[in-house]
Amino acid sequence: MSASTAATPPVDATDADVLLRVENVVKHFPVQSGKLFNRDPAVVHAVDGVSLSVRRGETLGLVGETGCGKSTLARCIVRLHDLTSGRVIFDGDDISTLPPRQMRPYRREMQMIFQDPYGSLNPRRRVGSIIGDPFAIHKTASGQERKRRVQEVMELVGLNPEHFNRFPAEFSGGQRQRIGVARALAFRPKLIVCDEPVSALDVSIQAQIINLLADLQAELGLTYIFIAHDLSVVRHVSNSVAVMYLGKVTEHAPVEQLWNHPRHPYTDALLSAVPLPDPNKSAQRERIILVGDVPSPIVPPSGCRFHPRCPKARQDCVDRDPELEPRLGDEPDHLAACHFPVEDGEDISKSRPSLAAADRIIETGLLGGS
Amino acid sequence: MALLEVDDLHVSFPTLDGVVQAVRGLSFQVDAGQTLGIVGESGSGKSVSTQTIMGLTRGARISGRAMFEGRDLLTMDRDELRTIRGAQIGMIFQDPLSSLHPYYKVGWQIVEMIREHDHQISKAKAHARAVELLTLVGIPQADRRVDDYPHQFSGGMRQRAMIAMAMALNPKLLIADEPTTALDVTVQAQVLQVIRNLQQEFGTAVILITHDLGVVADVADEVEVMYAGAVMEKADLQTTFYANHHPYTEGLLLSLPAYGGGDRERLHPIPGQPPSLINLPPGCPFHPRCPYVMDRCRTEVPPLAAVGTSATHLSACWLPHDVTARNEVRRKVVGEPLPAQADA
Repeated sequence: MSASTAATPPVDATDADVLLRVENVVKHFPVQSGKLFNRDPAVVHAVDGVSLSVRRGETLGLVGETGCGKSTLARCIVRLHDLTSGRVIFDGDDISTLPPRQMRPYRREMQMIFQDPYGSLNPRRRVGSIIGDPFAIHKTASGQERKRRVQEVMELVGLNPEHFNRFPAEFSGGQRQRIGVARALAFRPKLIVCDEPVSALDVSIQAQIINLLADLQAELGLTYIFIAHDLSVVRHVSNSVAVMYLGKVTEHAPVEQLWNHPRHPYTDALLSAVPLPDPNKSAQRERIILVGDVPSPIVPPSGCRFHPRCPKARQDCVDRDPELEPRLGDEPDHLAACHFPVEDGEDISKSRPSLAAADRIIETGLLGGS
Repeated sequence: MALLEVDDLHVSFPTLDGVVQAVRGLSFQVDAGQTLGIVGESGSGKSVSTQTIMGLTRGARISGRAMFEGRDLLTMDRDELRTIRGAQIGMIFQDPLSSLHPYYKVGWQIVEMIREHDHQISKAKAHARAVELLTLVGIPQADRRVDDYPHQFSGGMRQRAMIAMAMALNPKLLIADEPTTALDVTVQAQVLQVIRNLQQEFGTAVILITHDLGVVADVADEVEVMYAGAVMEKADLQTTFYANHHPYTEGLLLSLPAYGGGDRERLHPIPGQPPSLINLPPGCPFHPRCPYVMDRCRTEVPPLAAVGTSATHLSACWLPHDVTARNEVRRKVVGEPLPAQADA
């Protein structure tokens, strides 16, 4: 228990408005070492002590680069992965160690929508039967009753209920994603984790699905965790956003706070790298080009994990891991894990790290990707 | 004379279900040092067109002309095309992992490419050139990394290695087909920077194929918007974003989350979905999804014609080609001007 009290959850633990609280969640994956008697095998630090919370009816955006642990975290939340340590509190109940049988009632209330509308639907089964799966698994409706409820949910997501007997191949990418949404909605869950729900879709279709998700949220009071690498989409759908880097949350704030006053240099760099569909703004903007690649999560850097690539890094960043807390007098809901947060109006695109061994650090940062 | 001039290119593939009309009458030209952005969604024919120019579409029915420095690439025999492909026209593909051979060292693959086109060069010299190229595209400690295998490179490094390979023989033209789509935004920024630097240094012409209007806004000089195998609109960068004519271009921009505002308003998607390339709708291919659709659009195919008095702004649409008249219709149908325009 001491571990979970050490990391302060971002909001009051007694707040009844909070649907989901994640406390100090750690997920390590062992890597096969090849040595027979290796007692201490290497681990991938996929998620390394993440605390956050989502309020009812709101959307939490989860952003970060490939390999930052955002999908692993999402899978830990819905318990598709078991946690290495830490707690997941859903609707006031600690579900982090529940055995499968006791987990079942919670599974109805938390669902997931996946990225690939082609890979996530069995091509040999009819759509009605795919969407009806939750009813079959939880044995809540069968026969005509099941069909009626499936058609109801198909109508809800904008599919023609008469297409009940079609195969996934007869639908376009956007419609398939609607099938995925329908399946997730079958039990009217409280929480839906959307893992890159629109990344595989064309721009004009993306907007259709985003609108659908927004309508459903308004109608059914859903809470979303929305994972996407497209930051403009995240900004559009989210109330608050958590930025992840190498298994840790670097910044967690209401969406406008994050966009207007990014405190962590990584957030700043990430936002400045988003291509703007507006040539004039794009030309005016100072872009922060980060050096190197994301280091290996098997041996993450000491101190602040971003320090090898950070334009503001100093010796402190190598030595001490910064706490996730309000910086520079920000509101209590704007948290950043940085010793030297970015001030309003500061341009870090020209900054260089003032580390004694800066060269070596940059070099190791660049080599970290291998 | 333009470096590459494509004129009325048609590409179709006979299949069991019928003939897929992938490209229907594409024309464009690129000059040295210029970047042409080709934008379109999946199935718009943007990749097929450049692959055809490079002789990479087997089994296709092809007509039209693609003049590269006065010689037609489409009628050239295979051996002649080989001397141009790679050496004078470099190519970068979307997926850097599957474009590199996993079994050979990165450096070896670049060396092979150099020696294929330059039979005089010694192995040692070609190797030194490979190191130089990897340094140029920002691979750290290139003298060591040159002997790595592709799996030892990260995604961004692989794409940079692909660029190094494409630039190995100082091509006059670089065709980049979705070069950053598989990459994270921070890596995307690095890769676009590399392409821009190389272009400035060597005056290379670039054709950038992408679905991402943000990337286009960042690097293109001229933009062609494709839909269902044909060009809908062609204009310079500013016109495309702030004074476009074609409803499809407008619809693409309107469907993006308004970046500047950051509000939680509803998005404005284009209704429906792209047509099948086997059964194209009669008239304008966009008419089933177009908010401005008129009777004429359903029967007659609009020609690509000049907008207003401009000679470079072309649009294939029956809406008035007079700018003020078009804006009046725009106001009536979709309301105020484009979101991007508002704060420009």
